[in-house]
Amino acid sequence: MSPNNTTNDWLFEITPKNKFFSLNLKEVWQYRDLLFLFVKRDVITVYKQTVLGPLWYLIQPLFTSVTFTIIFNNVAGINTGKVPPFLFNLAGITVWNYFTSCLNGTSDTFKANAGIFGKVYFPRLITPLSVVISNLIKFGIQFLIFIAFYLYYYSQGADVALNGLVIFFPLLIVIMGILGLGLGMIISSMVTKYRDFSYLVGFGIQLLMYLSAVMYPINLIKAKLPDYGWIVEYNPLAYIIETSRYMLLNVGEISILGLTYTFGVTVAVFFGGLLVFNKTEKSFIDTV
Amino acid sequence: MQNSQLEKDIILKAENISKQYRLGQVGTGTLSHDINRWWHEIRGKEDPYLKIGDTNDRSTKGESEYVWALKDINFEVERGEVLGIIGKNGAGKSTLLKILSKVTAPTTGSIKSRGRIASLLEVGTGFHGEMTGRENIFLNGAILGMTKKEIASKLEEIIEFSGCERYIDTPVKRYSSGMTVRLAFAVAAFLEPEILVVDEVLAVGDAEFQKKAIGKMQDISRGQGRTVLFVSHNMAAIKQLCTKTIMMENGMVVFEGNTNDGIDFYLRSNEYEGYKGTYTNDNIKESGIVSLALIDKNNVIRTEFGFDEQIFINVNVKVNEQHLKSQLAFRVEDRNERIIFTSELKLLDYIKSAGVYKFAVKLPEKFLVPNQFHLTFGLHVPNVELIDFQKECLSFEILETGSEFHMYSQTDYGCVFVNCDWKFL
Repeated sequence: MSPNNTTNDWLFEITPKNKFFSLNLKEVWQYRDLLFLFVKRDVITVYKQTVLGPLWYLIQPLFTSVTFTIIFNNVAGINTGKVPPFLFNLAGITVWNYFTSCLNGTSDTFKANAGIFGKVYFPRLITPLSVVISNLIKFGIQFLIFIAFYLYYYSQGADVALNGLVIFFPLLIVIMGILGLGLGMIISSMVTKYRDFSYLVGFGIQLLMYLSAVMYPINLIKAKLPDYGWIVEYNPLAYIIETSRYMLLNVGEISILGLTYTFGVTVAVFFGGLLVFNKTEKSFIDTV
Repeated sequence: MQNSQLEKDIILKAENISKQYRLGQVGTGTLSHDINRWWHEIRGKEDPYLKIGDTNDRSTKGESEYVWALKDINFEVERGEVLGIIGKNGAGKSTLLKILSKVTAPTTGSIKSRGRIASLLEVGTGFHGEMTGRENIFLNGAILGMTKKEIASKLEEIIEFSGCERYIDTPVKRYSSGMTVRLAFAVAAFLEPEILVVDEVLAVGDAEFQKKAIGKMQDISRGQGRTVLFVSHNMAAIKQLCTKTIMMENGMVVFEGNTNDGIDFYLRSNEYEGYKGTYTNDNIKESGIVSLALIDKNNVIRTEFGFDEQIFINVNVKVNEQHLKSQLAFRVEDRNERIIFTSELKLLDYIKSAGVYKFAVKLPEKFLVPNQFHLTFGLHVPNVELIDFQKECLSFEILETGSEFHMYSQTDYGCVFVNCDWKFL
């Protein structure tokens, strides 16, 4: 028992509002076991009681790539250069899928977890973080299938080669995850009060894919639609997809300016997201 | 040490806690309020909707869309104290616990704490049906703030306490609801926060498990010197566990003090709708029952009594000359219309002439079991005339305030307590 009880030796204080920007990373670190257990839960329970189990992770990108190849390359005639169109699409879709699963998974954080959030406190940030990490595992599995096809095409003598910059590929994926997390946190905070935003995300992601250079190279859209190409150029995701194809398949271009812009937007969105999330987590339970 | 004997060792302090809720639905109306609020905020003005708001009385229709679920709550808790929080439904108890466990923030005021708070608001939070009991122990423990290491070191004890050894590697979705609750409570019981917040967990599980749960909570508070905040409608559990009690009403603290006084206060102030503590009939022409009142030993009219309290009924009866031979009678029925007993008084033993007379009858304490009861009064001349008959003219409830049988609260063990003479042979 400390003799200075009258002084301010309180362990913590519960107040109406968070300080403008209190991240409380220390607390998140204390709950790291929970983060790990959430990830584990997500991974092992996703395909329980299915016959194909984790194979579903692979079926979805493969079928999408086949469809894209038929529609965009065979019918619409988009030219992917020396790279086989299927591999081109598979690369784009694998990377894009990670972004959408992060965004989808985090954007209904508050709504989906209202039951548990309403009963017990833990740093709310743990939940979206666990989504981003468990999706990273899913991405890893999907990326393996990409590598398998890569080796297959390579052995068939297709003109594919890694770019030396591929060592930065993990960094690119991390940036993408953070961008998805940031956007997801902003949207999840809005959804607590106005459900309109969850409808927006539903079709917004679909539209965004067409603006993110998933099934075409950036320079193609600039050449074909000079008046509207700027929309894609302002989309940070387009640079991530284009750059990952550049690293993995050595096609397209790398834009230092574009990547710097992407990085800037990611940082801004992420901290903006933290700010909004932080503000919302205190009393969202009253409105959700 | 000397210092701490003079000053109390306060571990938790609530200062002016208030919580405002908006009633009704979220729609375009909320959007305009949000915009207005934001406009005030950026100009550095006060939230315009904080000034309005009704007190939280659910039975009256309020005028404002905003309501204060809690208003200016202040209290202190000392280290090692078990604080009981009692009050009617909707008094704000759960809101207060939600704020204490950081699930939602207060609108104004602050809570200061010197220890980690963990809550047992509703057990089984975050259980995942597809995962096994063992996996869920880890997940649930981590949600409640334990580290993996802490859980692993207590795993055996937790499993043993839950009594679910056999099913521990079976997915929880195959468990019965009782087993789920046992497992969940077991995890929470082995938490080691300085302050534990508990809300009505004892309402679940069978009698054996309830006893175990109360015992565990006593261990936690007495044996280990941990501070517990305990919300319950079960006065027996409150009496058994709590060293201090606060009572809430309409979002305010109306009583703070020792537990026995708190329970008395609760019983006295808790006039439920539906119970009838008095009966009057001003239109008696010849003979009949003029008025009845249920009172406690302090002459206060009440409709709820602890099982160990004496209950008195004051009767005013009017008789004319021809009914001097009549008898005043009442019978007690429980909620299921089982007649418990009947009692009679020959008026002629006390009165010789017409008039209005007062009688008092005492129901013994520790006699009726916790239940709801109706009283039916009558005035009659046996086998000749029924002069006045008032069916279920009074009603009251006996509350469980710590009888021997409190752990069987859900089961029907009879209507009255009887002190049988057991002999060891």
